[in-house]
Amino acid sequence: MADMTSPAPAASAQNGHPLVSVRGLTKEFRTGHVTVPALCGVDLDVRAGEVALFMGPSGSGKTTLLSILGCILSPTSGSLRIKGREAAGLPEKELAVLRLAHFGFIFQNYNLFRTLTAAENIQVALDLKGIRGQEAQDRVTAALEAVGLADKARMRPEDLSGGQKQRVAIARALAGEPEIILADEPTAALDSENGRLVIGLLRQLALERGRGVVIVTHDPRILEFADRTVSIEDGRITQGGVPA
Amino acid sequence: MTNRIALRNLLHDRIRLAVTLTGVVFAVVLIAVQGGLFVGFTTATSCVIDNTAADVWVASRGVRNFDVTHPLRERKYHQVLSVPGVARAEKFIVQFANWKKPSGGMESVEVVGFDLQSGLGKPWAMAQGSIEALAVRDTVIIDELYLQKLGITAIGQSAEISERRARVVGLTRGIRSFTTSPYVFTSFQNALNFTHLKPDQLTYVLILAEPGVDPKKLRAAIAAQVSDVDVFTREEFAQKTQWYWMFTTGAGMALVIAAGLGLVVGGVVVAQTLYATTMDHLPEFGTLRAMGAKNGYLYRIIMAQAVAAAVVGYVPGIALSHLLVHLAEAGGASILLTWKMSVGLFFLTVVMCVAAAFVSINRVTRIDPAMVFKGA
Repeated sequence: MADMTSPAPAASAQNGHPLVSVRGLTKEFRTGHVTVPALCGVDLDVRAGEVALFMGPSGSGKTTLLSILGCILSPTSGSLRIKGREAAGLPEKELAVLRLAHFGFIFQNYNLFRTLTAAENIQVALDLKGIRGQEAQDRVTAALEAVGLADKARMRPEDLSGGQKQRVAIARALAGEPEIILADEPTAALDSENGRLVIGLLRQLALERGRGVVIVTHDPRILEFADRTVSIEDGRITQGGVPA
Repeated sequence: MTNRIALRNLLHDRIRLAVTLTGVVFAVVLIAVQGGLFVGFTTATSCVIDNTAADVWVASRGVRNFDVTHPLRERKYHQVLSVPGVARAEKFIVQFANWKKPSGGMESVEVVGFDLQSGLGKPWAMAQGSIEALAVRDTVIIDELYLQKLGITAIGQSAEISERRARVVGLTRGIRSFTTSPYVFTSFQNALNFTHLKPDQLTYVLILAEPGVDPKKLRAAIAAQVSDVDVFTREEFAQKTQWYWMFTTGAGMALVIAAGLGLVVGGVVVAQTLYATTMDHLPEFGTLRAMGAKNGYLYRIIMAQAVAAAVVGYVPGIALSHLLVHLAEAGGASILLTWKMSVGLFFLTVVMCVAAAFVSINRVTRIDPAMVFKGA
């Protein structure tokens, strides 16, 4: 495994093309008769090869924005473009196709299949894309090697440490070779060393494979790995949105 | 991959799997036994009709079933004989009578008297003795199943029917009576003596049609020419008798309802446990949705779980059913579980489990993929 724990060079990916672009994005949630605004007029680009951190207090709208970027939630209004294609207003069926084609997800609680081995967890992501047989085997092996867990292929999540589980989740996210990785608090459940390892892996993905990586985090330890920090407060981007 | 996920999900919680399989086994056994009883009883109600070569049956007007009917006068027999298309007509008696056991005690029996020469209506599964022995006065043939009930241990022994000596000269194997009264086969003449019918009385006229004559047309011709009788083809009379005993008396409905209850209870148990398994793995289904899985992918997992539960539960269920049927047969019960029924029950089990899976499918259809970001 390559050294992936060094901080990022400043602004390493300023010249990438936008993979995801949002303009004037709003999101409102209705609770009974009450409408709660979660995002208000957000403008943001995510480019290939960059690691962008979403930071802000709890309830500021970070995760909501991440969900909309990943086509999991639909915006109330505004534009959401995935590689130039307008995705706002698309039905769930088409959003699912976009998610499968362009995104890899990493979750705070890993969300691995308890009953499957590490290798099988990765295989599921490939199976969804119709990649099976020897090609799937090769990709699983490569993904596990990339995260340094080639020897844990047959182990189930319950037999892995938190850091190892998150690395399996990263391997699952990258096995399908998505252009964009969206990670929700990927280091929240990890100790310092494992946290650095996981973020290093994500940064390596951005640098070496030209992926766009968006990380929602409260963890100040990983600031040094980011190309850009997007600050969000009360549903608005206060810093680091669209470069002027 | 969906099959692998399904099997792993099923095997993950062994106790829940055991409950699921118990539900399937319970349903299979209940449906098999109740269904087998239904088919067995239905077959038993018309077994004499089904095993008699007669093309057409003539009975007194208003007959509702094989076992209970008014006597006919002998002149009806002669009128039937004169109808064109009748190749042969024979007198036949079916009457209940009292059987007095050699050691004392009474049982009700159903005397079946047939014409020895033609053999129409003779017993069809001889195990010991011979039908020809019925030519001797006051002789009868009974079934092995009822030896104990009738107080007989071997052929050659005698009892009394309607206070007249009846010597057992043969045994049949597996001729069950639907009523609690065993069939006692004898010659037509002996039957007249045992039942106190008058010499010019009989209960049925059994008819063989001439070659090439359609039994339905012959039935219509007899009905047109002979008054105050009901005329049936063999199949019609068998169905009429089956319908009477199984549905008019409520006996059949009770069995159908019990089998239906097995299906419902088994289905509910499987639905509940599959649903619990689905809920247990809901975050994983949510993750699949978030990753872009189509609904069909999730449905295939749940369906595979249902089919696996059906197959794994069916095997011990049907094995247990056959064992129970075997034991019941030894005890004289009439349960018929054929291989065709077993195959049909397999598909019914799969349908039951798949139907039960729709509760879970309905749940995963409503999964919000955003749940993956809510720490669910």
